[in-house]
Order: sequence, then structure tokens, then C-alpha cells
Amino acid sequence: MNQEKFFYDNKIPRAFAIACIFWGVVGMLLGVIAAFQLAFPILNFSDYFPYLAFGRLRPVHTNAVIFAFVGNGIFTGVYYAVPRLLKTPMWNKALSLIHFWGWQFIIVCAAVTLLLGFTTGKEYAELEWPIDILITLVWVVFGINLFGTIFTRRERHLYVAIWFFIASWVTVAMLHIVNSFEFPVSFMKSYSWYAGVQDALVQWWYGHNAVAFFLTTPYLGLMYYFLPKAADRPVYSYRLSIVHFWSLIFLYIWAGPHHLLYTALPDWAQSLGTAFSIMLILPSWGGMLNGLFTLRGAWDKVREDPVLKFFVVAVTCYGMSTFEGPMLSLKNVNAISHYSDWTIAHVHIGALGWNGFLTFGMMYWLIPKLFDTKLYSKKLASAHFWIGTLGIMLYAIPMYWSAFRSYFMMKAFTPEGQLQYKFIDIVQTVVPFYIIRAIGGTIFLIGVFIMVYNLIKTAKAGKFIASEEANAPALAKEYVAPANSIWHSLIERRPLLLLVLSLIMVGIGGLVELVPTFLIKSNIPTIASVKPYTPLELQGRDIYIREGCYNCHSQMIRPFRYEVARYGEYSKAGEFVYDHPFQWGSKRTGPDLARIGGKYNNVWHFNHMLSPSSMESATIMPSYPSLYENKIDKASTISKIHVMRKMGVPYPDGYEAIANQDLDKQANEIVADLVSTDKHIKISSDKEIIALIAYLQRVGRDIKLEEKNK
Amino acid sequence: MTVIILLLIVSILIAGGFLIAFLWSVNDGQFDDDISPAQRILFDNKKTNTK
Repeated sequence: MNQEKFFYDNKIPRAFAIACIFWGVVGMLLGVIAAFQLAFPILNFSDYFPYLAFGRLRPVHTNAVIFAFVGNGIFTGVYYAVPRLLKTPMWNKALSLIHFWGWQFIIVCAAVTLLLGFTTGKEYAELEWPIDILITLVWVVFGINLFGTIFTRRERHLYVAIWFFIASWVTVAMLHIVNSFEFPVSFMKSYSWYAGVQDALVQWWYGHNAVAFFLTTPYLGLMYYFLPKAADRPVYSYRLSIVHFWSLIFLYIWAGPHHLLYTALPDWAQSLGTAFSIMLILPSWGGMLNGLFTLRGAWDKVREDPVLKFFVVAVTCYGMSTFEGPMLSLKNVNAISHYSDWTIAHVHIGALGWNGFLTFGMMYWLIPKLFDTKLYSKKLASAHFWIGTLGIMLYAIPMYWSAFRSYFMMKAFTPEGQLQYKFIDIVQTVVPFYIIRAIGGTIFLIGVFIMVYNLIKTAKAGKFIASEEANAPALAKEYVAPANSIWHSLIERRPLLLLVLSLIMVGIGGLVELVPTFLIKSNIPTIASVKPYTPLELQGRDIYIREGCYNCHSQMIRPFRYEVARYGEYSKAGEFVYDHPFQWGSKRTGPDLARIGGKYNNVWHFNHMLSPSSMESATIMPSYPSLYENKIDKASTISKIHVMRKMGVPYPDGYEAIANQDLDKQANEIVADLVSTDKHIKISSDKEIIALIAYLQRVGRDIKLEEKNK
Repeated sequence: MTVIILLLIVSILIAGGFLIAFLWSVNDGQFDDDISPAQRILFDNKKTNTK
């Protein structure tokens, strides 16, 4: 057979590796700062400027870790492993470079715009529409390059890792596009196309699958390549890896609603999400065991080799998270965990353990290979391993503890039937746990610095192989199945195949026909008293979104006695029909705000936003003095109302023209009320705080009006 | 909740795409051999330091 000579380009994986580590340090550092902010509000620096307050910083942390650290980690592995698995260089060097620089540009844009307060208000999809378009373009470039490489391969067989990469690419593309349907209001502001319950469902369908197809499947691809390579032995069962792949991708996509248990999402959708989540244990654990069993008979190597140590803990964390996840999807468990620190612990077992440790293991293996040398210090790598493991434990355990503690306090009633603890009591109890968690995160980060040092030393000691020579025979044109093929007998039953395919076609056709019918008759009970926001409230809501209030405050009261007693009537689906985007939140670091309207007077809100501790001395909420200086962006009112009406919010025709008059009128009323209640207050009616007060006083009130009217 | 229809269509399209990919891969003989692919990735041709 004719051997063809070709070269693997190592510059691209090296570039992605550097970016991965760099953004990893940045993202984790921001996480550590955010963690300390929850214990020491002064670290928000919000008395000086609004850019670093928790509500803005936390999205930068999550986006940086997911899309910058893990994203670049994925691309490092893909651009290294795919050419080697397919025995061909990446299809197009220019596309590789566009992909690399495009992705870094997106990350910088994301960090800057999020800190400036440009956000869609949807978790893990906060980036505004111009960046969403950029992401789509770069993702397409990546796809063309990936599939181009696959089509020009010299190895007919697609190793299982490739399958994981393909599925990740396709599904992330779909998730990103569907969840990012948004109507631009201006250059850096848009409203989600969907509202309320619908928006929540799409968002968590996206959110869950971002975990599945960005944090999990591509990393499983990396596991199936780098773990066997590092252990120098084949994966335990190739057949199991195939079963793992196909079953995982078919199940994952349906699990999203488990993020919305006990919310206003219809019950059947919740149950559907739970059922699929439980089923997910099987493929996930199949994959975990496949990874661990690969090391059977090689555990002596694990004792020696830091790379394998990292991989073992990474795969174990994958197993723990994928057991914990389905458990958290059970409604009775979710009742405890939802909105609590348990969720935070859960995702960090995944992010620090699975993604973090797999990345570290990969880097310790890859960098010496790229630089044709040995790792500078195994001892330092082992130290990193132990420090990192300690960091994860110090992170997770206090979070579990805090979750249960706050749950029991939250639901405690006195014998007289009153809530035993105020929310602030619970906050005070968990702050020490937040401090330990922040220390755990710091320790984890110290480990990363050790790695950076070790890898730089390694790179300096070696000589970078920019392009690596390889050779392989060209791909034979025709495939001839071996005689003893098992699978082939299956596929040869053509009628079955035909049946399955036609069922799918019929199913899709039927659904397409049903859409118009369903779109007209929504199954959300509408509530007559629920009205669109006034222009001032709408502006206030946008400030609420901009400051990232949803990062700590939910707006969704679940139907439990201890929630209804604390916050008020439980939330109904029909209350959110004009909420573009929904703001249900996923974490209660502060109390729920679904019924905040009318709970306190305007002056309370005025003082509270300026200095939260003046109203509640133990609070950990940052202050928002800039709202008392910034003017409401009245110029945007017209386009905001216009866009809202286009999406079906029933503002009267021509309301745009008089919207700002209504805004001024309501603002003046609020100022008049503030001044008459407290003579010391001096504020003009065009300041942002007035709009925010208007919004907060409106939240959750429409349904109270209905009760009054009865 | 009308949006569930959109999600269903999109999800089923994706799942259908994967099903076709699966059937293709079986037909293409991707899974005929479930022993040697696992071994093969371990044998990269060595770097050019043989000179």
C-alpha cells in the first residue's frame, strides 16, 4: 500500500492549550472573588463602581469557566486528537486560525459587555445578540473544519471520541440558535422571543444541554482518547463506549425540565424531565466504569503517574455528578436542593472535578508531547493533584452542609405555626460555610498556579514540534464488510429500517401540522388581571436584569407551606406571560421576590438599594449607589414598547408616542411619595432608582388585584 | 407551553439525525470490529526522531 506523508499542525492545539489555561486562571480567580463577595459584601466595591458587583461578576465567572476554560480545553483536545485519529491534518489551517482568534475575541467581548451590564438575563446565555451571532459564525467555522477533516480522512473507522465531538458540535449549534431567538431593541439590548413559562422551558432545555453537550460529551470524547493514551492500554470495552455514546445522546436532550420542578411549569413536563433524568444514570455510569476499568491491571501506573491520578478523580467525579444529578431530579430531593447551595456543590463537582481535573491531566500529558520532552516535575504535578482534591472537598462539603442547614431552617415553624427563622437568620448561619467554600476555591486555584509553573518549565526544557510528520495509506474507496459481521445481520432486515424511518418522517410531519393549532391555543391559563408593565416598570425591569439580580433572587414561589408562609401565594404560570425574558432565577442567596410588590414602602426600597445594611444589618447584598446618579434611558422606551408589542404584549396601538409621558407621570408620583414619607430624601424623578422601585413594587401584584376584585 | 412543540420538533429532528447517523455508521461497518479500534489509537507512527 502506498504510504502518504503528511504533517500534524501542533501550533493550533498549543494555542488553544495556552488559552485554556489562561482563561481557566481568570475564570477561577473571578469565582474565588465572587465566593468571597458572598461573605464580605465590601468586596463588591459597589460603593465606587457597579462593574464588579456579584450580579455582574458571577455571569462572567460562569461564562469564563464554561466557554473560555472548558471551551478552549475542548478545542485543544479536538485539534490534537482528531487529526491523529483520522490520520490527516486538520482540513484547513486558515479556518483553524479563524476559529482560535474568533473564539478568543468572543471571550473578551463577553467579559467586557457582561461587566458593563449588557446581558439578556438568561443564565449561561447572557451574551447579547451581536455576540450570539459571532458565536454562531465561529461555531460554523469550527464545524466546517471538523467535518472537512472527517471527509478527507485516511482512517475509515471513526473512533468513538469523534462521535462524541460530532454530537457536541451539532447539538450545541441547535441549542444556541433556539435559545438565542431574541428581538433586538438596540445595538446591545434585546428581549427574549419567548415569555414566562415558555422562556423558562427553552432556557433550561438549553441550560441543561449546555451541561450535557458542552461540559460532558466533548469531555467524554477527550476521556476516550487521552485516558487510553496516557495509560497506554485500550479502553476497557469499545463496545460499551459505543452503547454509552448512542444511549447518552438520545436521552440527554429530554432532561431539561428537571431544573423547573415544583415551578409553574406544567406537571407533565416536569415528570417527563424527571423520568429521562433517572434513565441517564445508566449510560453515564456505563461510561464512567468504562473509563475506570480501562485502568484495570494498571493501577500501579496510577500510583506513579500524575496524569492518571487526575484522570481517575475526573472520571470518579463524573460518576458522582451523574449519580447526584438524577437524584436531584427526583421531586422530593429537588424540593430540598432547588435554589440552594446543593446545586452549587453539584455543578462544582462537575466543573472542578470532571472538567478541571480532566483538563489538567490532559495538559500534563499533552504539553510534554508537544514539546518533545518529559514533564518538568512529577512531584509538583502530584502536589497539584492533592491540593486540587483538597480544594474540591473544601468547596463541596460546606455547600452541602449549608444547603441542608438552610433547608431545615427555612421550613421550621414554631408550635404556634409561625415561621421560626427570618431569611436573614439563615443568611447569617451560612456565611461561615461561604468562607470555607471560598478558601476551598482558593486552594484549588493555587494548584492551578503550580501547574502553570510546571508546564512553563516543561515547555522551556523542550523543543516545540510545530509540525509533526506522520504517514498512512490513502483511504480505500470501497468498504467491504467482513464475513462474520454481527451488526450487519441487523441492518439487513431492511423492512425494520424502513418502518423506523417512516415513523420518524410521519412523526415530524404530524408535529409540523400541529404547530399552528397549538400556537393559537396555549395551554397556559391566562389571568385577566395580569397586565403588561408600564413604561417605567419596564425600564426598571431592564435595570433589574442589567444588575443581574436574578443571580441571587428567584421570582418563583413553589407550592410549599414554608414558601407560601414566607413569600406569599405560590406562583402561577399565567403571571409571567409578559416576562421577556423570565426572571425565575435558580438560586436564593437572597429571598424570593415573586411577591415583593407592596411588601415594603417606597422609602424602604430607596434606602435599601442605596445601603442594604441600613435596612438589614446582617445583609450580604451589595449597594447600588450608581442607580441614584444614572438617568433612566428614556430614549429607549419607544423601541422597547415597540418590540414588546411585536412579540404580542398588548400595548395599545400608538402607545409608543405617549409612553414617556406615562413614564414621567408614574416617576413623579413615586418621587412625591418618597418625599412626603421622608423629608430628607432628595431625588429627581429621572433617576434609575425610581424605575427600579416602580418595577419592584409591581412584581407579583397583579394576582393580588384579582383577589381583591373577587 | 406552545414552545414545547418547537422544542419537540427540534429535538426529534436532532434525534432523527443521530438515528440516521447511527444507521449509516452500522451500515458502513463502523462497529463490525469492536476490538481493534481501541488498540489502534495507541499506535501512532512515531515522531521523526529516527532521522
